[in-house]
Amino acid sequence: MTGSWEAVIGLEIHVQLKTRTKMFCRCPNSFGDPPNTNVCPVCLAFPGALPVANRRAIEDCIKLGLALDCAIAERAVFHRKNYFYPDLPKAYQISQYDEPLCSHGRLTVPTEAGSVDVGITRAHLEEDAAKNVHVAASGRIHGATATLVDFNRGGTPLVEIVTEPDIHDSETAKRFLQLLRQTVVELGLSDAELEKGSMRFDVNVSIRPAGSDELRTRTELKNMNSFNFAAKGIEREIARQIRVYEEGGAVEQETLHFDPAHEEAPPMRSKEEAQDYRYFPEPDLVPVEPEQGLVERLRREIGELPGARIRRIADTLSFYDADVLVTGGLDRLWAAVVDAGADPKDAANVLANQFVAAGVDPASASAAELAKLVRARAEIPRTTFDEAVARVGDPGFSAAPYLEQKVVADAGALDPVIDRVIAGNPAQVDQYRGGKQGLLGFFVGQVMKETKGQADPRVVNERVREKLGA
Amino acid sequence: MTLDTLTLTAERANELLRTKEVSSAELYAAYLEAIAERDPELHAYLYVCDDPGGDGIPLAVKDVIGTKGIPTTAGSKILESYVPVYDATVIVKAKQRGLKVLGKTNTDEFAMGSSTENSAFGPSRNPWDPTRVPGGSGGGSAAAVSGGLAPWALGSDTGGSIKQPAALCGHVGLRPTYGTVSRYGVVAFASSLDQVGPVAKTVRDCAWLYSVISGRDENDSTTVDVPEVELPTADELKGVRVGVPKEMNEVEGIEPGVAAAVREAIALAESLGAHVDECSLPLSVDYGLACYYLVAPAEASSNLARYDGVRYGLRSDGADFRQMVMNTRHDGLGDEPKRRIMVGTYALSSGYYDAYYGTAQKGRTLIAREHAAAFERFDVLVSPTSPTVAFELGARVANPVAMYLSDLLTIPSCMAGLPGLNVPCGLSDGLPVGLQLIGPQFSENTLFRVGHALEQALAFDGVPARYRDDG
Repeated sequence: MTGSWEAVIGLEIHVQLKTRTKMFCRCPNSFGDPPNTNVCPVCLAFPGALPVANRRAIEDCIKLGLALDCAIAERAVFHRKNYFYPDLPKAYQISQYDEPLCSHGRLTVPTEAGSVDVGITRAHLEEDAAKNVHVAASGRIHGATATLVDFNRGGTPLVEIVTEPDIHDSETAKRFLQLLRQTVVELGLSDAELEKGSMRFDVNVSIRPAGSDELRTRTELKNMNSFNFAAKGIEREIARQIRVYEEGGAVEQETLHFDPAHEEAPPMRSKEEAQDYRYFPEPDLVPVEPEQGLVERLRREIGELPGARIRRIADTLSFYDADVLVTGGLDRLWAAVVDAGADPKDAANVLANQFVAAGVDPASASAAELAKLVRARAEIPRTTFDEAVARVGDPGFSAAPYLEQKVVADAGALDPVIDRVIAGNPAQVDQYRGGKQGLLGFFVGQVMKETKGQADPRVVNERVREKLGA
Repeated sequence: MTLDTLTLTAERANELLRTKEVSSAELYAAYLEAIAERDPELHAYLYVCDDPGGDGIPLAVKDVIGTKGIPTTAGSKILESYVPVYDATVIVKAKQRGLKVLGKTNTDEFAMGSSTENSAFGPSRNPWDPTRVPGGSGGGSAAAVSGGLAPWALGSDTGGSIKQPAALCGHVGLRPTYGTVSRYGVVAFASSLDQVGPVAKTVRDCAWLYSVISGRDENDSTTVDVPEVELPTADELKGVRVGVPKEMNEVEGIEPGVAAAVREAIALAESLGAHVDECSLPLSVDYGLACYYLVAPAEASSNLARYDGVRYGLRSDGADFRQMVMNTRHDGLGDEPKRRIMVGTYALSSGYYDAYYGTAQKGRTLIAREHAAAFERFDVLVSPTSPTVAFELGARVANPVAMYLSDLLTIPSCMAGLPGLNVPCGLSDGLPVGLQLIGPQFSENTLFRVGHALEQALAFDGVPARYRDDG
């Protein structure tokens, strides 16, 4: 971005809680069931039906609030947000307004350049809307011929988290979202899966001259279903706004809807409709007044949070490695592997690469056995190593049989193979000798292939260099 | 034996069933017969049920209370085709005690009104004089009980819909303390004010029915545990401190005949040993009605928004979703709900919220405080329930404010969440006059005790004169 502009970014995130039942009724809170099977008079808004707040959802929201360093309200109030829409059976959403359960919090986001404190304006409870299914060829709103409503999702509990406009670049926005996701997942509050919609977010973006503290007209970015896509969308929008101002124009308040199926497609625009939601306190519910004892119990249930762990681990490893380990849910296993005697950096590399590639569940992996593999990594053939890592989550896994397979490091055994490879590629030999040093890897690769991965790459490297240099 | 449903109390009916002098089927049949005879004129019922069998006393139910498998229209065309899939908690409780739903009684649409003239299905008529209204919104239940078409009934009260019809038809009605009776399954009008309550011929029947329906309900978060209900027996009022709020007994618009009957009842209370003194509730009378007509429509505008034609009830055609909803509501809702939806929407609108809804809620707090202060000196407060006796059909239809003033004296205590009991205390021009007894929160037992003692002393004959003369 141009040096003379600063971006101002705020996030609004919805996280679907994985409580057993819905927010205000006893219907199962479950994803993927046949349409309209998890419904009752309450979540279908039959006449006379009344909401009863889900105690577990209240506790979950408080817990998240505590993890986000929020003040927990002594008295929180549910409000009605009134509007007509087919996916909103009561024609109002029960949400929270000026007396939310959690407010004035902060999430410290570690970045390469140091930690960024992002203020949490509020974290409150509300119910989700049902799901409209627009029936048409494109499957999108435009051109739809009919709308079907699946009320299974209607009334499921959501926590809405709103940040202060404290973020100034797309990278921090992305890291904030990843860190928040990891936090709710670790606290056991939500699956927070973007594809399933159990975590959704909107981004507000505006720009201002660097050094100014004004807040200019913002646009809202919706429908972004990955963190990388969000970062790209933010960058694109910042660049667009800079262009608009530098060409003497004005940014208009509007919403930009991204098409998750076509990431390259330009976002669709819609004007902000000036909706009057006529908020008023929900008379069917009593205020939530969490007892201090409950808040303290929930506080004790929270362990060391991901943000703190990234900062701690970054003292040992690079920030990048620490971030990958923690947001990938791998850092606890990493610590155990290191405790079992593996080198911290080696362990991090293996976890971030071979381990993740193999798709092993960190919870089932044996740290002791993995540590043995990491320690012996240089001594066993690469294919053997990869295979062993892929099986480290198997019940009763033992590294011993894999450790017995030693790499071929004996030059006497490798030389005939190396000679054969050199003899078989005279053109490449000429190029190498003519100065194209990068071809070294080609020869090493050929030797590894010939030896079916059993050779020690370091020895091969050394011998190839010697022979070609001769 | 021949049953005189005009005089038969639930307590007596229970006695007859217990001693097997009458079977439950005979009892039910007697009411069906009375309904066949008198309801074509009174139009108390919107729906009459066949005897469901079993042993127990029939119960008429206001049509805002949801009954599984039995149409529940709330007096509105928009719910004309609606049959609930679940029973309201009060119906569950009534059935657990063996009570049988006899039928669904007429009501102003969504309980919005004071005469039943806002019912989409035509008004009910007063058993004492069929040219007059039975009051409202629970005029159907009131006409049924006074006309001998039900031993007792359930009503609902938001700003006087149990007490005012009871006054106009000459029987007993309790609006319970807010939070003592579950609202689950009751078509909502104004959630912070709505309460279900009993309508009966005697205070003891009223207390009994209240004991059946009251209590904490896990489906209604606003309910609380309720003190055990005591059936009243005392015939004196020794030590009871009765307050007479000056404004509520002297405000302009109280008919002289009504004021006289209430004065006599107060004098009688004193003669039974009560300590009577004057007090003052100036804010309650000055601001009660105005605050009510902001709070109640505001909540109603939100509560009635669910009638959109999507899931149940009437659906009119429309080119798209918005048009379908607008056409459905245009066709399905009557003038009074529309009027209140508009008022309520306005009162909640951005920029007006503080001035209207916010201020009304503050007024409500002041009214509650004013009552609480009075109850430091008194056990009960008394006034007329309605400023007038039953008025003629059509008399107030063209003037909504005149209609709203029918509830001038019942509204303040509703706004404060307090219980109120109507006890008939005499006639004026041949029409019943009701005495309103107001108590602090959870003082139902006191109201029953005072009401019962007065009822015994007053010996009011609740059978409409014209049925007596006919008989």
